[in-house]
Amino acid sequence: MKIQGLTKRYQGRTVVNGVSFSIPKGKVTSLIGPNGAGKSTVMSMISRLIAQDEGLVELDGTHIGHWKSRELARRLAILTQSNNIQMKLTVRELVAFGRFPYSGSRLTAEDTEIIDRAIAYMELEEFQDRFLDELSGGQRQRALIAMVIAQDTEYILLDEPTNNLDIYHATNLMKTVRRLCDELGKTVILVLHEINYAAFYSDYICAFKDGGIAKFGPVHEVITKENLSDIYGVEFEVQTVKGRPLSIYY
Amino acid sequence: MKSNRITAVLAAILAILAAVSLFVGVIDLELRALIQGDAHTWEIFLLSRLPRLLAILCTGAGMSVAGLIMQQLCSNKFVSPTTGATISSAQLGILFALLFLPNSTLWGRALFAFAAAIAGTWVFVWFIQRIRFKDAVMVPLVGIMFGNVIGGVTSYLAYQYEMTQALSSWLVGHFSLVIKGRYEIVWLTAPLIVLAFVFANHFNIVGLGRDFSKNLGVPYNLVLFMGLSISAMITASVVVVVGSISYIGLIVPNLVALFKGDKIRGTLADTALFGAIFVLVCDMIGRVVIAPYELPIELIVGILGSVLFIGLLFYRLRNGRKSIRLTAPAQSCCPVPAKEGGCEA
Repeated sequence: MKIQGLTKRYQGRTVVNGVSFSIPKGKVTSLIGPNGAGKSTVMSMISRLIAQDEGLVELDGTHIGHWKSRELARRLAILTQSNNIQMKLTVRELVAFGRFPYSGSRLTAEDTEIIDRAIAYMELEEFQDRFLDELSGGQRQRALIAMVIAQDTEYILLDEPTNNLDIYHATNLMKTVRRLCDELGKTVILVLHEINYAAFYSDYICAFKDGGIAKFGPVHEVITKENLSDIYGVEFEVQTVKGRPLSIYY
Repeated sequence: MKSNRITAVLAAILAILAAVSLFVGVIDLELRALIQGDAHTWEIFLLSRLPRLLAILCTGAGMSVAGLIMQQLCSNKFVSPTTGATISSAQLGILFALLFLPNSTLWGRALFAFAAAIAGTWVFVWFIQRIRFKDAVMVPLVGIMFGNVIGGVTSYLAYQYEMTQALSSWLVGHFSLVIKGRYEIVWLTAPLIVLAFVFANHFNIVGLGRDFSKNLGVPYNLVLFMGLSISAMITASVVVVVGSISYIGLIVPNLVALFKGDKIRGTLADTALFGAIFVLVCDMIGRVVIAPYELPIELIVGILGSVLFIGLLFYRLRNGRKSIRLTAPAQSCCPVPAKEGGCEA
């Protein structure tokens, strides 16, 4: 996936300015940065949720605006925080929607099998007939991930997936992200606020500042004391724990 | 399997009630006379009783399904043809037909009603999508106000052109004028309900939000447009024939969803059946209470409906107030995704 010169303006104010980078296939890439740096807007543009004013997002050599939306839905999945999952749908019904880009309303035997596997993968078997509005936030998030797994896309984009989750659920979610990449070979792109989650569970980091990319590269190159202090404007200390850079800010 | 049983039970109840209703009325219809082929009895049966029953079934099923679709698309349990200005718009459309095409046929009036109902519903939904309401209960309140504004315009115009009398037949719903040759437009609800069933999953997905739909490759605006138009057309074809019938589109889908959830594919049949039963029972009450006269269906539905509505309101407010919050879908309609808004629930 190639991103070139992506620009977005809201009412004359440039929010994202000429962002270009390539997302490495089969890796976990996290977009980090302070509020308003443009990472979520970039995410929305890569996933065609909002249109860019300038620039290109290429998926397999074709601009995503030129993809048929149903076909794109088989290649790229996006989960945002704005999903209205208060609805009285069962977990299984939600996960089944993941097959919609393939089979529409008629599920084939193969679809059913994929749905079963997705539910099992997220260990939701015992909840599969429960209504979403009866579940906890963490369980609901897992149901949404199961849906994305059923959608069976090469690219999975998650916009602040750890928001509103406690440490237990957030950590388990990040472990799931790692498994999606390592076991299922997915390319995962995340927007994260927690630098340490990004550092411990991603392969690449793309750090945003003021609507542009401040640093992009493997975790060790980006997560350094100097870079982070510069990006966030507060004092940082970075130590190595379990071979990963752990940052402390104060 | 259990859910299929509920559907079967509802269908059986409806069949029995429908059969009984054919023999309730001012003129006694005897089954024996029908079987013996008595011409007069058959005439009453085919001219009045059967059309009435069919109109009731189409009305009950149609209005419930219209409400179900609107509630799903707007992700708000209190939106319906009554609380979404659809009915009052259809009435305004009929008035326009009476004003501009005084000699218009029923079909001509229906076209005006369709156009007005669709336009009115679109304007209402466009409006509620642009305003972020803190509380989901605000949405139907705005809808009721909007509907009353349209109703006010209708009354004013009707008064101005001395049309009040002509219009009154469409203001209060009743089945007493339903006879062969005058009600067939209401059959349109049947293909529209089938269409709703075909696109049931689309409506569900759109109800889950704009981003959610885009992710699955479902064209949000198109489906929203189409779904609202289907609801509006169902409503308009009922209003043209029967007049205004409130509450059904609001209450029936809610009651069914309490038991069966929000997956439209799973609830549509039950909603339609239950709606038909509800209207049929109300109609039979109306025919029996002060026999040989009859009360308009709108009155009975209004009384039963408002009681149920209050009950529902209390239930929703006490249990899972969250489930009627508009926070998430309202967010998805903003041009800039506002992340922080999600915390207020």
